[in-house]
Amino acid sequence: MRAAPQRVATQGEISAEIAGIASGYAGHGESQPRLDYPPYRSSALRHPRFAPVSVDLEEIERWAPCFGDQDVDARDADLTAGHPGEPIGERIIVTGRVLDGSGRPVAGQLVEIWQANAGGRYRHERDQHPAPLDPNFTGAGRCLTGPDGTYRFLTIKPGPYPWRNHHNAWRPAHIHFSVFGTAFTQRLVTQMYFPGDPLFGLDPIFQSIVDPVVRQRLIAGYDHDLTEPEYATGYRWDIVVGGGDG
Amino acid sequence: MAELACTPGQTVGPFFGVGLPYPGDGELVGDGFPGAVGLHGTVYDGAGAGVPDALVELWQPDSTGRIPRAAGSLRRDGTTFTGWGRAATDADGHFRFTTVTPGSASPGGPPFFAIAVFARGLLHRLLTRAYLPACELDADPVLSDVAPERRNTLLCVAESASGKTGYRFDIHLQGPNETVFLTHRDVR
Repeated sequence: MRAAPQRVATQGEISAEIAGIASGYAGHGESQPRLDYPPYRSSALRHPRFAPVSVDLEEIERWAPCFGDQDVDARDADLTAGHPGEPIGERIIVTGRVLDGSGRPVAGQLVEIWQANAGGRYRHERDQHPAPLDPNFTGAGRCLTGPDGTYRFLTIKPGPYPWRNHHNAWRPAHIHFSVFGTAFTQRLVTQMYFPGDPLFGLDPIFQSIVDPVVRQRLIAGYDHDLTEPEYATGYRWDIVVGGGDG
Repeated sequence: MAELACTPGQTVGPFFGVGLPYPGDGELVGDGFPGAVGLHGTVYDGAGAGVPDALVELWQPDSTGRIPRAAGSLRRDGTTFTGWGRAATDADGHFRFTTVTPGSASPGGPPFFAIAVFARGLLHRLLTRAYLPACELDADPVLSDVAPERRNTLLCVAESASGKTGYRFDIHLQGPNETVFLTHRDVR
């Protein structure tokens, strides 16, 4: 049975739902988003109702796939390149390290990103909101981490993105990250946010991580040491892949 | 060493097609590869509808149980088995891989395909295992803990099309046939 269609909620109603869930959180260190998070409407039919079953790790799950130089071109890390002209927007350098839960660098491993353009529009057939596409921006990149786990991308800062979870819903500006660790169980897809975004409190996807300390781990830091004069500002964001079950 | 706090997950969202799929992503081997098999299925939501914006990833040993350590999954050379691939679902929620039947990577352990599932509306990836059709899951000390009526969600269904072996593994995110999803404990 398909659930009865819900009336489109207002931001006030969504914010009240978010606040209600937050006030019921006892602060017991939930380290991941809640899969069942009603303010994010699309989660209703897409979360398991059973708790996951705990199993002993098997050998294959102790390992992750290997990627190498033949998989990734060095130019793939520059999202501002590859088109006839420069993309519109604020050039940024986004860099950091991929580490495991013990602080060891995840070296030579694949990092993939995708994002909206400066106007908040994705180059995707299903994104039809009336912000312009940028002919000089696709919004996808990849790289391999270095020996110390460092990844680095040059891109433009994405704009906030309107979506239809509720009336007048806007996502905080974000870059999607897909990261591999050294084990299958460390596989992580997440989103990086920018400091001080006024939309954080309104966004059910960000707020689905009910622990406020854990949420902060998705926000990059502005780092002036990363900037390039008259060219790009810089953000630093480290990623810890620990297994992340929970 | 001090344990670092893990970075939490977020949904893959509706537009992962911009960045994650690539040509040949679901073809761990070509159709003509010795022992090539199809592994396909449908990702369903709690209402039984196919999920058109899901992504399934596959990681497995080769047919002898060896764990692949070769690079090249993103630009396949046609001969190297890398053991990894991904497949986005189509408008009906269907995904498809071409691969080989996994061998057992652990002595005495039943072979399986390791599966990760991502989707719009799914706030953190789900992990599961797709065991081979003949596998006797009641013999497994861990999986015997799973209610028998749910255990079969971890089994591939054997299929045969034009003389070729294949497997079907449907994934139910929710609902009466909800797939058993897993967390992993390290007992070493």
